[in-house]
Amino acid sequence: MSSRLPRGGSRVNREKLVDFRFNGKNLKGFDGDTVASALLANNELLVARSFKYHRPRGIFTAGEEEPNALMGIGEGSFFEPNIRATEVKIKQNMNVNSQNHWPSLRFDFLSINNLLARFFAAGFYYKTFIWPRAAWKYIFEPMIRRASGLGKAPKEYDEEHYEHIYHNTDILIIGGGLAGITAAKALRDRGLSVMLCEKDSVMGGRYLQDCKSEDRERYKKLYESSIEILKKSKDIAVKLNTCVTGIFDHGFVLAYEENQGLNVTTKKALWKIRVKNIILCTGAIERPIVFPDNDLPGIMLAASARDYLQKYGVLLGDRLVLTTNNDYAYKTAIELKQVGIDVPVVLDARASSDGPLVKEAGALGIRILFGKCIGKVEGKRKVDAVGICSVNGEGTIEELISCNAVAVSGGWTPNVNLWSHCGGKLIWDGDLGFYRPDPDKTPVGKDGETNMLALGGCAGVFSNYDIQDQVPRKINQFASRLKIKSKRYIEPNIFSKELERNAPPVFVLPYGASKDKQKRMYIDFQNDVKVSDLQLAAQEGFENVEHAKRYTTLGMATDQGKTSSINGIYVLSQSLGKSVDTIGHTTFRPPYKPIPLGLIAGQYTKKLFKPIKKTPIDKWNSINNAIWEPVADWRRAYAYPKVNENLEDTLHREVLSVRKNVGLLDSSTLGKIMVKGPDAGQFLDLIYTNMMSSLKTGKCRYGLMCNEAGFVFDDGVVARLNEQTFLCHTTSGGADRVYAWFEEWLQTEWHHLKVFIINLTEQYSQIAIAGPKAREVLQTFKSIDLSPDKLPFMHFMETYIDDIWVRVYRISFSGELSYELAVNSNQAEELWNKLLKAGKKYKIQPYGTEALHILRAEKGFIVVGDETDGTVTPQDLGMEWIVSKKKNDFIGKKAFSLPHLNARVRKQLVGILTLDTDKVLPDGCHALEDGKAIGHVTSTYFSPTLKRSIALGLIENGRSRIGSALEFESSSKESIFAKLVDPSFYDMEGSKQNG
Amino acid sequence: MKKYSISSIVTEAFRDNLGWEKAWAKPKPKKEYEVIIVGGGGHGLATAYYLAKNYDVTDIAVIEKGWIGGGNTGRNTTIIRSNYLQESSIGIYEKSRFLYETLSQDLNYNIMFSPRGVLMLCQTEHELRAMKRTSHANRINGVDTKMVTPDEVKEIVPIINIDGPRFPVLGALWQPRGGTARHDAVAWGYARKCSDYGIDIIEQCEVVGVKKKREKIVGVETSKGQIKAKKVCFVAAGHSSVLSELAGFRLPIESVALQALVSEPIKPIIDCVVMANTVHGYLSQSDKGELVIGGGADGYNNYSQRGSFLHIEETVRALVETFPVISRLRQLRQWGGIVDMTGDRSPIISKTPVEGLFINCGWGTGGFKAIPGSGWATAELIYNEEPGNLAAPFSMDRFSEGRLIDESAAAAVAH
Amino acid sequence: MLYLFCPICRRDCDETELSCGGQAHLIRRDHTSSDKDFYRYLYERKNDKGIIFERWRHVYGCGKWFHTARCTITNQVFGSYSAKDALPPKSLLAKIRSSRVDFKGWIK
Repeated sequence: MSSRLPRGGSRVNREKLVDFRFNGKNLKGFDGDTVASALLANNELLVARSFKYHRPRGIFTAGEEEPNALMGIGEGSFFEPNIRATEVKIKQNMNVNSQNHWPSLRFDFLSINNLLARFFAAGFYYKTFIWPRAAWKYIFEPMIRRASGLGKAPKEYDEEHYEHIYHNTDILIIGGGLAGITAAKALRDRGLSVMLCEKDSVMGGRYLQDCKSEDRERYKKLYESSIEILKKSKDIAVKLNTCVTGIFDHGFVLAYEENQGLNVTTKKALWKIRVKNIILCTGAIERPIVFPDNDLPGIMLAASARDYLQKYGVLLGDRLVLTTNNDYAYKTAIELKQVGIDVPVVLDARASSDGPLVKEAGALGIRILFGKCIGKVEGKRKVDAVGICSVNGEGTIEELISCNAVAVSGGWTPNVNLWSHCGGKLIWDGDLGFYRPDPDKTPVGKDGETNMLALGGCAGVFSNYDIQDQVPRKINQFASRLKIKSKRYIEPNIFSKELERNAPPVFVLPYGASKDKQKRMYIDFQNDVKVSDLQLAAQEGFENVEHAKRYTTLGMATDQGKTSSINGIYVLSQSLGKSVDTIGHTTFRPPYKPIPLGLIAGQYTKKLFKPIKKTPIDKWNSINNAIWEPVADWRRAYAYPKVNENLEDTLHREVLSVRKNVGLLDSSTLGKIMVKGPDAGQFLDLIYTNMMSSLKTGKCRYGLMCNEAGFVFDDGVVARLNEQTFLCHTTSGGADRVYAWFEEWLQTEWHHLKVFIINLTEQYSQIAIAGPKAREVLQTFKSIDLSPDKLPFMHFMETYIDDIWVRVYRISFSGELSYELAVNSNQAEELWNKLLKAGKKYKIQPYGTEALHILRAEKGFIVVGDETDGTVTPQDLGMEWIVSKKKNDFIGKKAFSLPHLNARVRKQLVGILTLDTDKVLPDGCHALEDGKAIGHVTSTYFSPTLKRSIALGLIENGRSRIGSALEFESSSKESIFAKLVDPSFYDMEGSKQNG
Repeated sequence: MKKYSISSIVTEAFRDNLGWEKAWAKPKPKKEYEVIIVGGGGHGLATAYYLAKNYDVTDIAVIEKGWIGGGNTGRNTTIIRSNYLQESSIGIYEKSRFLYETLSQDLNYNIMFSPRGVLMLCQTEHELRAMKRTSHANRINGVDTKMVTPDEVKEIVPIINIDGPRFPVLGALWQPRGGTARHDAVAWGYARKCSDYGIDIIEQCEVVGVKKKREKIVGVETSKGQIKAKKVCFVAAGHSSVLSELAGFRLPIESVALQALVSEPIKPIIDCVVMANTVHGYLSQSDKGELVIGGGADGYNNYSQRGSFLHIEETVRALVETFPVISRLRQLRQWGGIVDMTGDRSPIISKTPVEGLFINCGWGTGGFKAIPGSGWATAELIYNEEPGNLAAPFSMDRFSEGRLIDESAAAAVAH
Repeated sequence: MLYLFCPICRRDCDETELSCGGQAHLIRRDHTSSDKDFYRYLYERKNDKGIIFERWRHVYGCGKWFHTARCTITNQVFGSYSAKDALPPKSLLAKIRSSRVDFKGWIK
């Protein structure tokens, strides 16, 4: 059983007890405990069930590489599934629950999968569930879906605050172990900004923790003086609790900062760091040896067992067997022995070793067996005994040793994940059995030069002496490569050359494990990938490492193969009879450590998610019961329903008030782009299909823009303010796009033209006043004369309403007498209120975008985006008149001569009147001829003015069909018949708007 | 070839699975073939398969630079749908979806086609109108889709936030027969069946040159030597331009990185596929429990199979707004695929300026769903040396004629 | 996440400030051109796997367009120059040639 020692634990505050719950049980831990250490302290060895076979699992590591111990932690808005127990500190009343079992962790019904494991070999689901066809959808897949997944999703909305922080630095050091600290010291006072990110809450990594007791004082002094130096250096910033998770092109780095603990407000921040160079000091991760039954609770990585002892005063068990192939792992046996724990045997895969740690263990009376390993583990939900066997051979048990804990170490694997994110390549180190960064194929920055240097454990350099020896030298070389003039950094090496022997790599033991044993040897714990699975993959031709990974799901679990990937590659290579280096490795992808989706979204959610653009009239609209429609980034008033009025009635009322009296529209969102300069006219002639340079000052002209493919792109009224200045109005949604379009052509094609362009959309607001009484309303303001001869249709004037400057355009999108008043945005609301007041006796009514659309459809005006869809030409719209024949060149001109744009059959814009006048055609319904679709409805409304349904549509050769009736299909399966007419239903001669 | 079935699994289970053969053979290339398919992704393998199945042509080599299915076939978000607007698109995507329905049985390989339904959200009035038009086009062309109300959306996807706040859900286009499939299995299933037909699948074999005689194809130069063929077809997605350059012509294609990501696995929370085009994000949940998320493509040419974080961020933000409960789930892995974008965002299945050389490319961000239909149509083109009805609209000359098949333009314009 | 030099602002800009406009130095074809030439201008692209010359706009910045030379495999950037330059500057081509022996030079 696991338990807590009466004293010890560098990370815990024994004065402060913390209550927490695990699966409903009330447990106690200390301040500073992780969930994992607290569970172990409470003898909770069984903490999880695996993904596929629901096998009982315990805590296997003490860090982010943990494959087993995933928990659902928290409640309500703060519940989070799949959290590694090894990474989260306990808090008072924290609710921790294990996952993926039913009805309970101890008795899990789906552990029946374990009994059926024989049938569930790698890829079995590709080979079955094929017949009967419907069964996959209705039986097999729902079954699989229910069984898979790990934790439950949160049910409530997240109330956590996330934040993105931006930072620039010359050098980023990733990792604050011995290599990182030394690198930081070596980089100070060189005129460089340096940032060091350490994922842990303290610096130092393993070097201090793993030192011998006689060295402790010396090491501690170095550590403390180093921290002091870093603190004092103005050019070095240290971020603790900050884990670098992703490295992208051109030195863009993501880091996840998470502060936790009893007295800390949790902070979750995503750092976006732009760096020039990266010093990678991410250390190494211990690798297990794969042996039969290696997944039982009570089996743990050797260094992790040490971690729990040193940091939390927690014992994995009180009778521990160590199985290893290296001297370093003996530290675990020695330290446990020193606190009085029985270590009955150390099983060393090597033939012999006379390293100092081995000798020390021997001197403590620990029995050491060379050439031996574990051949089986007994126990149901925890370790009861291990069977010893020879490393050579099939694993015949020679001796059974009862124990309740097993520590395993197969050496260390450099943590090279981040090296690979942005193109760094790895090389296979056959002597040590791992991939390490290839110093000749580094990641490169935007200049194509190396921008990353790997030091220490992640580069395969493990001993303190070597790190202290190499790091200053490499940093000096690095600085001289960057041409940084400064003193060489020299640091006395306080470490003595370590005598631990390099271990010949060992991955899977016993070497000749029988088929039966191979089926009990787990490589990837979380996904239950066994040695036999990889062998099967190889046998079935999934020889490429990516194929094998995808076929077996090796390394695809939430730990991303941190402890399993190399062992898997080794088994694959053995199965194929190839060497590991020819197999290669799978690609490491960001993030190094999973990060919350909410963190990626950052603070830019809710109100800051695509902030809404509001017009100056928005407040009035809002008070006056407007319902909204999003239009590009804006919100516009869709309609203004009165109390107890249904939407249909509202629209009728708004339309008829424009037709009979006068209406007021907030059209501020209209795009307004000023084009100015001696060549402005010439420029616009190239942009629009019609002539703009001939427009007289004081006049307006409707213009159409096409793209080079000849399709309508945007439209709007152009006003010539003076000889050199045009104001081009665009659609509301198109303003930014059209502005960018103008700039692009001006800057990249016609840069010889003397023109300036500016987007004034938000500087001017615009209010349309439309209806037979519009002039009367405006004439109540004494200062203006709007008589038709003073301001004829398609003219504008600048004047004042009271003391508000306005530009009055006499233009119409409704077919009525209409004025659009441009006003400086800061006075728009004032003007709006003045107009409402003045219009009161004329029964003026505000109208929204939907009434606007009905009005324009009655008149037969097109809306870009409704009548056009990116495949419609001006000619299709019956607007040949707007395509200049005179102009030498304009955008789209060439395309109008292409074969398809002159095809015999093209869809053309027509008006559509249903035979049953009450029947409104559904949006987007299609016209049929002999059962074939020959066109579709682009706009369809019930016209309050005409008291009948009207529609516009694009119909194949529609103009030649005018007068004939067509069948339109509707979703109710009942056809509607309608007659094609000219696309204008109201005041065709234009007497109203022109009058 | 050993048949896959429950009984074969049981039999094998009792003899340590020692009887399973290689899923596809690993032959050395012959000197000459009737047809060479360059590109061992889904589209290339499907093309070879339908050449064998529909036309009895089996003297084929499928040449793959890396490992089969290692390009976009193994990097996409596995969505299958055919709810397109234009008739020509509907034709090929619906054919494809239809073939997917029985693909597991045809191939004797469970590709896990799962018609869990595809929901395309409408979040602006304009999008709603455009989608209604699509639904009518679908129905006339025999594609089973319908418009559903916001309440029905909520019923289908309980975790969705239909009230916005920024973009409320105004409705959706629902294709119940759309869904997902296991992407790798599609490549493996086709490969296994191709191999069974005697087609050679040659991996780790890069085409480095194109052999022509008077503008007629005679073979290809590869990293494993020269291989002759009467007909060659390039099916290389993002790398099509590289191949066409070797053959002496250029394509209307640009290669960009498309990003996708998965979350950690959780118990089922969403059953169908949801696509939110206004905010740019797609979401579904795999059988393993991971949320599979796709978003926008980077705006610049790129062959590096890794992309910017920018689009990941935008997509995730949009999805967290739309599905607030996913906020506390974690991103597990992100990756990029090199997609081939044409001028009108529709694919190319076409003859080329070189006689006997054909091309299938330009599937851009949506190729997975098209694999069976694309293979079917390309096989027809290669065999007849003329496109059939499915492929004809997608010939390369449509660009010079102005005959674009523009699906996206319809949705991209707001008033 | 690219970080490109804007020759107008004379500083490096984050990708979030930029928008890409595709292949640079295309020659616009007007109505006097053949359908084939027009197709080439409008749709056909080099799309090189290697060094490309492309257009960018510093859209959330100075708003100006500029050209860059970038490798599409490594994303190495060789330099930025004016959007008005009809061809890549000689000095830039020399710089590329010096670091990439296989660079064939600027080909239209």
